[in-house]
Amino acid sequence: MLEFKSVSKWFNGVHGRVAALKGISFSVRPGELLAVRGPSGCGKTTLLLTAGGLLRPSDGRIGLDGQDPYALSPEMRSRLRARMIGFVFQQFHLIPYLTVRQNIMTASLAVPLKEASERARQLISRFGLEERAEHVPAKLSTGERQRTALARALLNEPKIILADEPTGNLDEDNAQTVFGYLGQYVSDGGCVLLVTHDARAAAHATRSLQMNNGQLI
Amino acid sequence: MTIWNLLIREILHRKLNFALAVLSVMVASGSLIGSVTLLRIHDIQTGKLLEQKQAELEQRMAQLQDDTRKAMLKLGFNIVILPKDQNLSDWYAEDYASKYMPEDYADRLAKSGVVTVRHLLPSLQQKIEWPERKRKIILVGARGEVPELHKSPVKPLVQPVPPGTISLGYELHRSLGIKVGETVELMGRQFKVQACHKERGNKDDITAWIYLPEAQELLDKPGLINAILALECLCIGEEGLPLIRREIEAKLPNTQVIERGSEAIARAEARIKVEEQARASIRQEKDARENLRAVRERLASILMPVVVTACAVWVAILGFTNVLARREEIGILRAIGVCSRHVIVMFMSRHVLLGVLGGALGFVAGVLAAVYFSAAREGTQIRMADMDLSWAGLLLVSVGGAAALAAIAGWIPTIMAVRQDPADVLGNDN
Repeated sequence: MLEFKSVSKWFNGVHGRVAALKGISFSVRPGELLAVRGPSGCGKTTLLLTAGGLLRPSDGRIGLDGQDPYALSPEMRSRLRARMIGFVFQQFHLIPYLTVRQNIMTASLAVPLKEASERARQLISRFGLEERAEHVPAKLSTGERQRTALARALLNEPKIILADEPTGNLDEDNAQTVFGYLGQYVSDGGCVLLVTHDARAAAHATRSLQMNNGQLI
Repeated sequence: MTIWNLLIREILHRKLNFALAVLSVMVASGSLIGSVTLLRIHDIQTGKLLEQKQAELEQRMAQLQDDTRKAMLKLGFNIVILPKDQNLSDWYAEDYASKYMPEDYADRLAKSGVVTVRHLLPSLQQKIEWPERKRKIILVGARGEVPELHKSPVKPLVQPVPPGTISLGYELHRSLGIKVGETVELMGRQFKVQACHKERGNKDDITAWIYLPEAQELLDKPGLINAILALECLCIGEEGLPLIRREIEAKLPNTQVIERGSEAIARAEARIKVEEQARASIRQEKDARENLRAVRERLASILMPVVVTACAVWVAILGFTNVLARREEIGILRAIGVCSRHVIVMFMSRHVLLGVLGGALGFVAGVLAAVYFSAAREGTQIRMADMDLSWAGLLLVSVGGAAALAAIAGWIPTIMAVRQDPADVLGNDN
């Protein structure tokens, strides 16, 4: 599903070139939850954004369901992202003026689905957000916000979820809930690339990789 | 969920930003529409004022025309009947005749049945030295009107000078310090001053009028006169004077008739003068209005670009702040696959919408402000229906122009939103 082949990424800073990823190679297959763990600043988020077609690698190749997203035009890459990838972030990135239902439905902006409304209803129900469906993010708890973000990521039935510290702001119970949903998604045939510094993630991952200083150890 | 839903909800969420942008566009559009309306009201008001002045002038002229017609009818020609052998060059030079005719000519004429001549005033005039006052004067002997018994009685135009009295012209009584009621001596005879005339600016000012028989006696011309003044001679059209001449010369073969400057001519001249002044006043009013319009037009042509540019800059600044406030939103939308085209549509639609709203509100505000300003400042009472403007066209220009202005102002912020790298926002989580 997702394949990294000798992917490097460097940035030009005031002190010269800074390497964020150094010749990374790995793959994630359907039914797999791959946890990439490492300390802050080791390049985990860069890895995730590169995997999601949001940050072009400086070197190497990425394969997403057999396609190199960076070989596509920006428009086609957006479409590929909308169809195949669901993002979950530590900060949730919910749109503040939309309700839970509307935030979940934003995923249908890119890929209009006839059944988007019904699917949103199902996700709301599945994530236990019925009571909060018409509330804006400011009125939600952090757990509810992360569940809303997760529901949004799942609306288009993506083939892979890219999760960046999804439990970083959650308490133990909510973190367990999120891991539970991700585990269920994987058992349904999806695959997850999870980047985290949370040691608990390893317990829920089918495979775990350690990252340090832009390299997989 | 559609882009439009998102658009409306975002506007409702960031009301202040949107309202300020709408207000700004409204100011630009309102200024433009207000200027156009104000200039139109000015034109209408100018037209009304000039029409009113023109109507007043015409009314005044009609009145004057009527007055003149009546005056002409009443006054007719004023003529002077002189002895036939009187040299007219001398008469014009001296203003009195050196030849004489019998006083009874006046009576003959009055009784002759000539209907064109009215108010006959026989007189004897001569320039003399007032010996007691060492002053050159014109002495006029007058006896009042000769009654015309065959006509219906008319009120005498000129009152006779009673015997033993004298009337003095302005220059005489002023320079000699003579007052009404005093007794003065003229050529050894005592006269009581009966009247001191006002200044006339002609030879009357050095004239003394006394009773005709007394003048004949003083001047040693018994039973003689040297002029008969005929006032208000009836006449019709250009043939009036020749007709009078023929009639008089038929009755008094030893006389000649000349026309005297008529008051009617002065009146006609006055009428022309008044008309010229009134027309000049209209021209002045028109020029003043045109100047005022030019000033307003110039002011609008200077202010409008400034206002429009300032509003566009302000809308652009608000657009930038909107983009900055929505960085996270744009980032996540791009991450979930919303393409740049959709982002452009989302931001540009917002600007077009605020432009349309601002343009429509500006149109209403501009028109109302112009009408109110005109009414308050100049007291105009002009309704929208009177303005003869294509309101639909103006509304279209206002809305279309405002939408274009807002779109232009919003273009750079939109491009900034599109070019924003989602990785910059989403990568800052840790």
